[in-house]
Amino acid sequence: MLSLIQQVISGIATGGIYASLALALVLVYRAMDVANFAQGEMATFSTFISYSLIEYAHIDFWLAFVITILISFGLGVVIERALIRPFEGAPVLTLLIVTLGLFTAFNGVTGLIWGYVFKSYRGGFPDQPIQFGGLYLNTQDLGVLGVVLVMLLLLYLFFTRTKAGLAMRAASLYPDSSRLLGVRVGWMLALGWGLASAVGAVSGMLVAPIIFLDPNMMQAILLFAFTAAVLGGIESVLGAVVGGVAVGILMALVGTYIPGGQDLRLAFGLIVIVVVLLVRPAGLFGRATVKRV
Amino acid sequence: MALLELSDVHARYGPISALHGVSLGVDEGAIVALLGANGAGKTTTLRAISSTVRKTGEITFDGHDISRRAPEDVARLGIAHVPEGRGTLGQLTVWENLRMGAYVRRGGASKVDYDRVCGYFSWIPARRNQVAATLSGGEQQMLAIARALMMRPRLLLLDEPSLGLAPIVVQEIFKIIRAVNEQDKVTVLVVEQNASIALQAAAHAYVLEVGKVAVSGTSAELQKDEAVRRSYLGY
Amino acid sequence: MRRLSRTRPELIGLAVVAAVVLIGLPTVTNQFFTFEFAKVAIFVTALIGLNLLTGYSGQISLGNGAFMAVGGYTTAILVQRTGIPYWTTIPVAGILAGVVGFLIGIPALRLTGVYLALATFALALSIPPVLNHFDTFTGGHGGIVMAPAMPPLGLDLSQEQWLYYLCSGIALVLFLFAWGIVRSRTGRAFMAIRDSETAAVASGISLAYYKTLAFGLSAAYAGVAGSLLAIATSYVNPDTFGLSLSLALLVGVVIGGLGLDFGAVLGSLLVVWLPYYAEKASGLQIGSLSFGGKPDIFYGALLILILFFAPHGAAGLVQRGWRWYLLRRTAARSPLPEPVVER
Ligand SMILES: Nc1ncnc2c1ncn2[C@@H]1O[C@H](COP(=O)(O)OP(=O)(O)OP(=O)(O)O)[C@@H](O)[C@H]1O
Ligand SMILES: [Mg+2]
Repeated sequence: MLSLIQQVISGIATGGIYASLALALVLVYRAMDVANFAQGEMATFSTFISYSLIEYAHIDFWLAFVITILISFGLGVVIERALIRPFEGAPVLTLLIVTLGLFTAFNGVTGLIWGYVFKSYRGGFPDQPIQFGGLYLNTQDLGVLGVVLVMLLLLYLFFTRTKAGLAMRAASLYPDSSRLLGVRVGWMLALGWGLASAVGAVSGMLVAPIIFLDPNMMQAILLFAFTAAVLGGIESVLGAVVGGVAVGILMALVGTYIPGGQDLRLAFGLIVIVVVLLVRPAGLFGRATVKRV
Repeated sequence: MALLELSDVHARYGPISALHGVSLGVDEGAIVALLGANGAGKTTTLRAISSTVRKTGEITFDGHDISRRAPEDVARLGIAHVPEGRGTLGQLTVWENLRMGAYVRRGGASKVDYDRVCGYFSWIPARRNQVAATLSGGEQQMLAIARALMMRPRLLLLDEPSLGLAPIVVQEIFKIIRAVNEQDKVTVLVVEQNASIALQAAAHAYVLEVGKVAVSGTSAELQKDEAVRRSYLGY
Repeated sequence: MRRLSRTRPELIGLAVVAAVVLIGLPTVTNQFFTFEFAKVAIFVTALIGLNLLTGYSGQISLGNGAFMAVGGYTTAILVQRTGIPYWTTIPVAGILAGVVGFLIGIPALRLTGVYLALATFALALSIPPVLNHFDTFTGGHGGIVMAPAMPPLGLDLSQEQWLYYLCSGIALVLFLFAWGIVRSRTGRAFMAIRDSETAAVASGISLAYYKTLAFGLSAAYAGVAGSLLAIATSYVNPDTFGLSLSLALLVGVVIGGLGLDFGAVLGSLLVVWLPYYAEKASGLQIGSLSFGGKPDIFYGALLILILFFAPHGAAGLVQRGWRWYLLRRTAARSPLPEPVVER
């Protein structure tokens, strides 16, 4: 029983990481109805940047964390302006393939720069258990949860309290009306990509200490994030968070209690995606029906 | 010189041509009405001004050529367009709609503007956190005007503000339009089906017919002209 | 009709030239290239299948690499366990992959666009670890090694030449089969669905039947390709059939564009040769970064560039492309319609 509780808690922490990447996906999806397949690879790229900052520039982890978030934000904005914007008005499938192109290109560039050798990545938290009642909790897990919660709070405040956040929401929901109010809708999309990229970077920097750092590290995470987003309803921010935590718990249980479950986790992700889409295409919190393309 | 001037404006939706050379002027501080039958091109004329339709021709606002500016840049010059269908930001709250109205203003929505708008629409404070889509049609129409006022526009473009409203509310709305015009010195170009009330409020009016200005004059002239009344105004 | 009779001599001429080139190729190139061309034929088979699905019925799949895995492992396991001749496993692989595709097509029925892409992406990603997991059958990480495929007795061919003829022969037959399908009732139903599901239903076409059929067919083609790949390399392992294979197929389709024409060959040539030349490009260096052996960057860049500069070439993936394609064929001198990607 204790072990189950421990698994659930660590599942919640990992789920927070999935939720972050799912959140990044949702941010882009809400802005332009496209699932950004490159989101995970962009996060990997960002995480490697933080790795270089820490290892080669000898910057403290948390400072590198902040710098990386800023760089990633800029990267997201630049990518939207340079590579997504030219396809404005193109069919959704075209955009989808563009993001797949980005996926491949980012994966390649990361491998090109940092190589394919697994690297260990020391995060911002000590990897030591703390005892709590009969439970052994991992500092790492608690730290991850803390960071994710702070990030969610900041995002919430940004979207509800700031002018830019409100304009981003308005621009993605009502581009035409927003234009009449003076909003530069194109830039709001770029801002959305920037934010998504920054949020994705956080997920990468949180997950890297748990798994090893390599150019393919986010692919499984991306699949779980997709699972989370679909489960929560791909347009729902709350859904991404709840879906992420649910998927995190599920995967922790599958990995622990099914023999050889580590290998099967991805397949479970697939199954969840398919079942949700068949049974409740709008997900737990989505209002919209499945969009026909 | 007029605050807003259109000369020989043509507009089209894909292959369908909607305006064939509209020319009109709106003097600073005036209320001008734009009348005409369904499909005459009234909405398209407003859209040409706010740059949300493909068009050619010259449009100047306060001496600037705005015919090639993006919609958001036109808005930034102080032209508030309340579009046909109100343009409500349905999933946002009333207060968020008003904040978006003040988007182009430095520092965002100010208390002064909010109070002023609440002075016109006294129901707003009580509904501040209601989701806009759940407002009644008339309330949404008022919210759309309120949102436009938050911008402190120099020119207000209104597309059928009376649409779907009870007659008493229509009277109320036009009273507000006049108040806004007089107290806040906002120039107004209003499209209306309800010609009689529009002509009461406006000093000057244009009547469009299949994409062209057919008749124009002061409200008094138009109201007096028997032919105009019968063919265009229907009373 | 008139048009047909006018173009027929050209068609025959083309066919003759193609046949000569196809048959003569191995006699003028060395073994290495012969083998590479066998791989090209394998990818042509897979791309025809993907084209049937994406180009003709308008569904996207990022998971055809997974169907290739089904085919490849079917062949490898059958050969290893039962010892039957490898060539007898090819139809079995195709049919089995087709059935799996058909089954996966059933949930896919309700998924469109982004969601179908998501689900098939998940399929592509989850196949390798699943193969690892059931290692008693699949040999796990190590995969399965088979005896090299030898030419049938009495044929005086090198192994590479034999593989080349086998793979291109099958590709040709399957090409003709696909050609027949798209001109049949079934093909017309596919295209009707792609152009408008609503209109297709209104004219009495069963969405469920044709959409799953397209998925099944496409998977069967992939299964045959996977089987041939296993035979050609006499080896399967989970990494062969990973996400990058599925993405390579997508690249091939985007480059080849829509339609059963030279596009599939073009796409295959690129998919096979790009990694090869990327390997060679180890001389290409920027500072300390070597581009050698890393085709991914080129794939990615190519995808985006093609979509940007030659949206017509990528027309196969979007509905409007088909109309343009028809126009191009029927009215050579009429002005081009608007590009698929608007800018
Ligand atoms: N989005 C559009 N696409 C194609 N044609 C359009 C579009 N919008 C308007 N039109 C056409 O342009 C012409 C002018 O339309 P417009 O909306 O300006 O008329 P209106 O005077 O505002 O009419 P109403 O009083 O009914 O609102 C009409 O013939 C209309 O059919
Ligand atoms: Mg109108």
